[in-house]
Amino acid sequence: MSLITRRQLGRVAVAAAVAGAGQTPGLFPAHAQSANPIRIGYAMAMSGGLAGNGRATNLAYQIWAAEVNARGGLLGRPVQLVVYDDQTNGGTVPGIYTKLLDVDKVDIVTSPYATAMIAPAMPVVMQRQMTFLTIFGAGVNESFKYDRHFNMNVVGDNMKETYAKGFLDVVGMLPTPARSIAIVAVDNEFAQKAAESARFHAKAKGLRIVYDRSYPPSTVDFTPTVRAIQSARPDVVFVASYPPDSNGILRAVSELRFQPQIFGGAMVGPQLATMQAQMGPILNNLVNWDTYSPEPTMQFPGVAAFQAKYRELAHKEQVDLLGNYIPPYAYAQMQVLEQALKRVGRIDQAALAADLHKSEFDTIVGKVKFGPNGEWAEPRNLFCQFQNITDGDLEKYKRPGTKVILAPANLKSGDLRAPYGPPA
Amino acid sequence: MEFDLNLLLNGIVSGLLLGGLYAAAAAGLAVSFGMLDIVNIAHPALMVAAAFLVVVVGTALGLDPLLTALLLAPVFYLVGTGIYTVYNYFFERRGDEALQGLAFFFGVMFIIEVGLVMAFGPEQRFLDPDWGFVTWRIGEIDLPLRMLVPALFALAAIGLLYLFLHKTFTGLAIAAVAQDAEALRLMAIDPVKIKRLAFGISVALACIAGGALIVVQPVEPSSGQIFIGRVFAICIMGGMASLSGAIMAAFLFGVVENVTATFAGPSWAPAVAFGWLLLVLTFRPQGLFGRAA
Amino acid sequence: MSASALPALPASDATRHLPFWLGAFGVAAAVFLALKLIGNEYGYYAGYFILQYVVLASAWNILGGYAGYVNFGAAGFMAAGAYTAIVVRKAFGLDLIPGILCAAAFAGLLGLGTGYLTLRLKGVYFSIATLCLAVVLQTLVVNWDYVGGSRGAYIIRPMTMPGFSSYGEYIFTVMLVLAVIAVGVGRTVEHSRLGRGLQAIRDNERAAEAVGVPTLRLKLIATTLCGALMGVAGAPLPYYSGYLNPEAAFSLSYAVNAIAMPLIGGAGTWLGPVIGAVLLGSLQQAATVTISSALNLWIVGWILVIFVAIAPRGILGWFGKR
Repeated sequence: MSLITRRQLGRVAVAAAVAGAGQTPGLFPAHAQSANPIRIGYAMAMSGGLAGNGRATNLAYQIWAAEVNARGGLLGRPVQLVVYDDQTNGGTVPGIYTKLLDVDKVDIVTSPYATAMIAPAMPVVMQRQMTFLTIFGAGVNESFKYDRHFNMNVVGDNMKETYAKGFLDVVGMLPTPARSIAIVAVDNEFAQKAAESARFHAKAKGLRIVYDRSYPPSTVDFTPTVRAIQSARPDVVFVASYPPDSNGILRAVSELRFQPQIFGGAMVGPQLATMQAQMGPILNNLVNWDTYSPEPTMQFPGVAAFQAKYRELAHKEQVDLLGNYIPPYAYAQMQVLEQALKRVGRIDQAALAADLHKSEFDTIVGKVKFGPNGEWAEPRNLFCQFQNITDGDLEKYKRPGTKVILAPANLKSGDLRAPYGPPA
Repeated sequence: MEFDLNLLLNGIVSGLLLGGLYAAAAAGLAVSFGMLDIVNIAHPALMVAAAFLVVVVGTALGLDPLLTALLLAPVFYLVGTGIYTVYNYFFERRGDEALQGLAFFFGVMFIIEVGLVMAFGPEQRFLDPDWGFVTWRIGEIDLPLRMLVPALFALAAIGLLYLFLHKTFTGLAIAAVAQDAEALRLMAIDPVKIKRLAFGISVALACIAGGALIVVQPVEPSSGQIFIGRVFAICIMGGMASLSGAIMAAFLFGVVENVTATFAGPSWAPAVAFGWLLLVLTFRPQGLFGRAA
Repeated sequence: MSASALPALPASDATRHLPFWLGAFGVAAAVFLALKLIGNEYGYYAGYFILQYVVLASAWNILGGYAGYVNFGAAGFMAAGAYTAIVVRKAFGLDLIPGILCAAAFAGLLGLGTGYLTLRLKGVYFSIATLCLAVVLQTLVVNWDYVGGSRGAYIIRPMTMPGFSSYGEYIFTVMLVLAVIAVGVGRTVEHSRLGRGLQAIRDNERAAEAVGVPTLRLKLIATTLCGALMGVAGAPLPYYSGYLNPEAAFSLSYAVNAIAMPLIGGAGTWLGPVIGAVLLGSLQQAATVTISSALNLWIVGWILVIFVAIAPRGILGWFGKR
């Protein structure tokens, strides 16, 4: 896989060097690597169920590496990415990481995408005492308690008490107070944790939970589930789902013309271009968890430039076309690494870990600081509402005013509209 | 969850609609597995491949997905005859169907599924017909066209198949070849030709099912895996070699799954459905509608 | 399957066992020493990956190769073993070795149960029942919070084990011993009356029954053994990965490989699964870290199809004919 990576790296590097003046990058032959590169190794889901986000993440890393090399490298050495496809199969991960560390002898390791892939890598990484930057894990370090684990995810440390707070704050914005809530979640770790948080906060706010169930990822038809929820007449519905089921649920809701006051929650899917294109007006007034929205309150330095570059390359790589979900965080993860390395001045796992614990980093997703167990010290779970969605055209998702941020309060950029449903 | 008649009624109706999709998926298998005794595990994978092709062709030509499936059915018929020729040459003639034949189809299933991943990527594809978001209402009963039309389409195709099998000479020959290939030879009919025809038809039915599938939900390469257990379960429950039995079993299966999902929660639906199959196998192995062995 | 005469009894059956066991442990010791000399952790991880398939393939072969009954649910039995190990760890704090023993017992019972329900019928019903069993088991695990359900379970394992240079070396050695045992069991079955009875069943079940072979009893023994060994293959998995969720445990690649490896190596002999597992396992492991994409599994699919078409008796059968 390193061969393919170098070729892509060559292509992206030249594209970046031409400063994105609208030229489409062609296929350039691999150019010779100068001596003694800094090698960053990782497994990534390039095939299988998680590949959609995995490949987008990998593209973000490649963009970062090309930029760094165009600026003369890191610590005076060029950066080289060594990637292996984990095929969304956790069983391959320990083998891949032992190979990276023992055979390829990489200098730095970062994680694969998603908890189910990150966790199997932990024992290997811990044994070698490597500093481990992870991307979008959820609660991985709760059991391992490894002090050199650093997770780039907005959810932070204590998902149960922090995750759904924003959603329930949005519920509090309703003109007539809500009294009941329905909770439904897919059978996977992120969704179950999100649902647990919703339960916690709903009870704290005194809402009555009128429906609370889980469903397996292989569910084909959501009509009975949505109808059962509908018959319980909740004011608010919190759904925690992944792309295939998010799609099914939204369609069922639209067919049954179910329009509670607030609908949404922790649905993974509406953040991605394919679903935005397909669902169109079904997404209107959805209140959903998000990581990034191009609102005025989130115009961090560098993010627009990154997204422009990403979108140029996304089409060719068969990845999410907008890059509004993970890619900015993947890029920011590498920025964190870059800044820490520059401060430490050498490849030293212990020194790196110490720096990562105590410093605050400036990235394209804002200021990042890690807490004691490696999660973000301050979670930043956005809850955005899709507003004025009349069709599936993707251009509007690049502009503010489409995914209006309702929570947290310090990033709020608009007001709640109720009920959920297509525009009048 | 209070017992709500309205909920139950809708659960049953939507279960029947879901059963229509399952019937589409199982019909082809009822022919190949039920009548020809060919354990074509790759059947759901072929269905998913058809769904992908429907997306590609339908999007390119701007056609309705069900219409596209109909147009592609002859192509899949040829694919089916091709697969059968290979299968017959390498396995049936040697008498190796039991083990190696099974493994052959397992390998074919993998090749198709992984090939789809390599060709289309792992993300979902969809193709929505114009009527895809409309729902009819009859009193308290909802009938989303997204489920109703593919179910009717599939039933029409199966109905045609039924007529073919029972009213035409070739069709009767297919039913006969399962029972006694030798007798067929004595009547100067080549059983291999008949089987090839039948297998081709079963794969063409998979194509029809693929068209139905893409209307109901977006597909990704691994979608077939969800259906493998279900379609075989339906064929067995329906009693092998009985097309009408398979259809009725499909409806029953859909209803059981949906009613369970409505009242006990969707996470238990698969266990109930397959647990039911295990019980059927234990106490009535000829299936609910089949003749006693 | 063409009916064939029962193989002639070898002259001195009993003494032929000892050379095998000595040889097998000799080979195992040699492999272990070689890896220790290389001193590379990766060797242990790659080796574990291949050895687990040796166990799985040998287990499948007992039922599939000898008796001709195809078990599609290898993933289900393997996961049953893995989750038994997890439960045993959580409930009683017992570690790997007791976990393996419990896994063998539980998975064996599962095999017995499945067999009892379906073996009175045609072989294909058994095969489909194994497929359904995998689905039912997965649903149960997903709904069971104690083992983490869909969220998965973490096993915090020690960094080192006394007497071994690392945990990786330890778990590799455990799997190595298990592989030798599994192959040995396969071979013992093959040369025993059980094995001959199974082969008679495979060749012509009705005839075997007519001759007085207790077909149901033999089939039940075979399914129990098969299930137990598959469970054993899965038991160390949570220790190997440190984390296990249902999707990984019930992965379809286990089911495919469990069938492909014995068939390609040569079903019906104890050596076939070993050859198939080593070849295909190495190929897949190499592909994961080089080509590294879906191509990996695609190749397995093609190899399986081409092999069963051209060399239905597998590699061993092909060489045997010459």
